Amino acid sequence: MWAFGVPGTRPLRIGIGGPVGSGKTALVAALCRLLATEFSTVVVTNDIFTTEDAEALRRMAVLADDRIVPVETGACPHTAIRDDISANLDAVEQLEALHAPVDLTIIESGGDNLTAIFSRALVDKQIFVIDVAGGDKVPRKGGPGVTTADLLVINKTDLASLVRADLGVMDRDAKARRGELPICFTSLVEPVGAVEVAAWVRAQIARWRADGR
Amino acid sequence: MTSAALLLLADSRFPTGAHAHSNGVEAAHARGDLLSLADLSNFIDGRLATIGITEAAFAAAACMPGAVWVDLDRELAARTPSPRLRAVSRTLGRQLLRAAERAWPSLPARELRSLHWEGPMQSVALGATAAAAGLTPADAALCSLHHLVGAVTTAAVRLLGLDPFDVQAIAANRTPLLERLAAEATARALGPADALPANNSLLADILAEHHATWEVRLFAS
Repeated sequence: MWAFGVPGTRPLRIGIGGPVGSGKTALVAALCRLLATEFSTVVVTNDIFTTEDAEALRRMAVLADDRIVPVETGACPHTAIRDDISANLDAVEQLEALHAPVDLTIIESGGDNLTAIFSRALVDKQIFVIDVAGGDKVPRKGGPGVTTADLLVINKTDLASLVRADLGVMDRDAKARRGELPICFTSLVEPVGAVEVAAWVRAQIARWRADGR
Repeated sequence: MTSAALLLLADSRFPTGAHAHSNGVEAAHARGDLLSLADLSNFIDGRLATIGITEAAFAAAACMPGAVWVDLDRELAARTPSPRLRAVSRTLGRQLLRAAERAWPSLPARELRSLHWEGPMQSVALGATAAAAGLTPADAALCSLHHLVGAVTTAAVRLLGLDPFDVQAIAANRTPLLERLAAEATARALGPADALPANNSLLADILAEHHATWEVRLFAS
């Protein structure tokens, strides 16, 4: 019922998931910096313990404070984005109504494990963020995020040599898991780190407006 | 017989967002009041005797034919001194409607939403949902009590690392009590809205206000 809309009738909803510390909040901040002047953007964060991520985004002042809302997940971040999405849908709909018209809604998952994935009833597209410092075996281990996310972001390429991770191995294994689905290598400590991801988001918004998927 | 519908509505997998709430367990644990299985057992009995019977009676009343939901909603809000817990109840009521109107399309969700701009109190939404699902007021009361025990036991397992088998044994031992309380709540739901039970635990309301200000917490309430 929610997954595909009449073109342009509601904002594109993008979920950003991935393990703890992989760079989800940094990616959200970077995307807001790169896109918020072009697109009316709102963000829902999901935190495990606190409203830390929402507070961090507010401190970075990437959006007006009232465009960022935290959802509390009761020790189960994957439940709140997959099995029981009611609190997230509630927050998303309220934010979108408050700031209408919204072009882009970003839902950041709480940091979780490789099995976490967003419900198709909550988001239209999803980005899964893993990081080089988590080890170059992660793409091979797979899981629904690595395998099926609409975009896989492999972050912290700047740390590869320090942790002896082979980016070539990660690229090869990720491609083997994902087939034609796109992969982005990023280093979000650089201001330009998310340019490629932002271009992908821009293309998704254009496609969403054109044909609602 | 609609016991299959009752099982569905009583299942913690029915997606209402309740999994994010501990029903006071996290606050009581941090205060040192809830540290062991014995504490949990007492805590459950305390919750059942206070907010348990009150919410069960309101759920039963909201399930009755001709229920005046606006009165029930106002009376239950008046029995919930903590602004935080009123907001939590309305959030959970709103979220229940989202799932319930899809599951049972005859539910007058629009009317229920119009009771309050934040959504109906959870017990009112639960009773109305039970009616739409073809359940009885006694079913609604039992479901309310069951969810209370479920929220408390789940949170206790997650926060304290208690033996989950022992915890479920405590819940199982309470089932005759739940049946009795559901019958009592249903009988007391027959009166006018302002005469419904008002059992409460003020400490739980005060702790909920404190809990909402914590910087680090696992549960939303």
